[in-house]
Amino acid sequence: MHELAITKSMLDLVLEQAERAGAKEVVKINLVIGEMTGVVEECVQFYFDFLGQGTIAEGAALSFKMVPVTARCQGCGKLFEIKEFDWTCPYCQSNNMEIISGKELFVESIEVE
Amino acid sequence: MEVKVLKDILGANEQIAERNRQLLGSNNVFAVNLMSSPGAGKTSLILATIKRLKGKTKIGVIEGDVSSSLDAEMVGKEGVPVVQINTGGACHLDANMISNALGNMPLQDIELLLIENVGNLICPASFALGEHRKVIISSVPEGDDKPFKYPLMFHIADVVLINKTDLSPYLKFDTEAFSQAIKRINAKIEIFQISCATGQGIQQWVSWLLTQMSFLRGTKRIF
Repeated sequence: MHELAITKSMLDLVLEQAERAGAKEVVKINLVIGEMTGVVEECVQFYFDFLGQGTIAEGAALSFKMVPVTARCQGCGKLFEIKEFDWTCPYCQSNNMEIISGKELFVESIEVE
Repeated sequence: MEVKVLKDILGANEQIAERNRQLLGSNNVFAVNLMSSPGAGKTSLILATIKRLKGKTKIGVIEGDVSSSLDAEMVGKEGVPVVQINTGGACHLDANMISNALGNMPLQDIELLLIENVGNLICPASFALGEHRKVIISSVPEGDDKPFKYPLMFHIADVVLINKTDLSPYLKFDTEAFSQAIKRINAKIEIFQISCATGQGIQQWVSWLLTQMSFLRGTKRIF
């Protein structure tokens, strides 16, 4: 459900940047979303189709680059991907880790005309 | 033509949250964002905290709910300033709602601001409010698997309060497994066991709160 607020913020940001670039139309929006944010692509698409109506971003294609959750083990220093939320280092079984990626939520670029 | 943006989608919310934090800091007000599932005991914790700190610490409360002012009425009876936010459907509070609510809160007359977020373990995790500390209440009847199902919430929290411990004899809740799961997601987190019904652990929670507040007064800045 927080996709509504997130999509709204995303659209505001896109329109502001498009206006700054003097664009007449936004054809594509490239998003980067970490898996830890729990943001669901289909929901963003659903809200975007609705919220984008009547703006220069109406009908723009959304591209989602999903970023897996990765961590650095504070015990052995190795990097690994966290799957199914098993928060244990697969190399040394330590539970102490620093999250390196997976919390991203940003607009990488837009394609405008 | 491609235009590089590289901007955080929730950047606007973060900026307002930072302004809220500065406003609170300049008034020496320490703010806590209370998050949990519906029914875990946020309002009960607020009431227990007000009672315990009566005459010692001046408290203000912001109540966030999708609708109704039931919580604000209940808290208002304790004689503390309270502002009710109705999100009108939104599943979380955001920094702008708090900014508006702060305009109605007598900041010079309070030292501690308790913000009750909308009952939800997903959405509130993504929206900073300008708070100094994030607290999750997880209650025994909810089960001990919540850290695995809602990891972001437990990852960002400073404290987890396990509430309704008085029901432990009747329910299967493995406190040890629950605590270990949380520590994996967030090694720095602190965990307290409480019961708002019996008062167990409330003193430890309040002591933690007062210690954190003294940090703010000492440094004027907390992260």
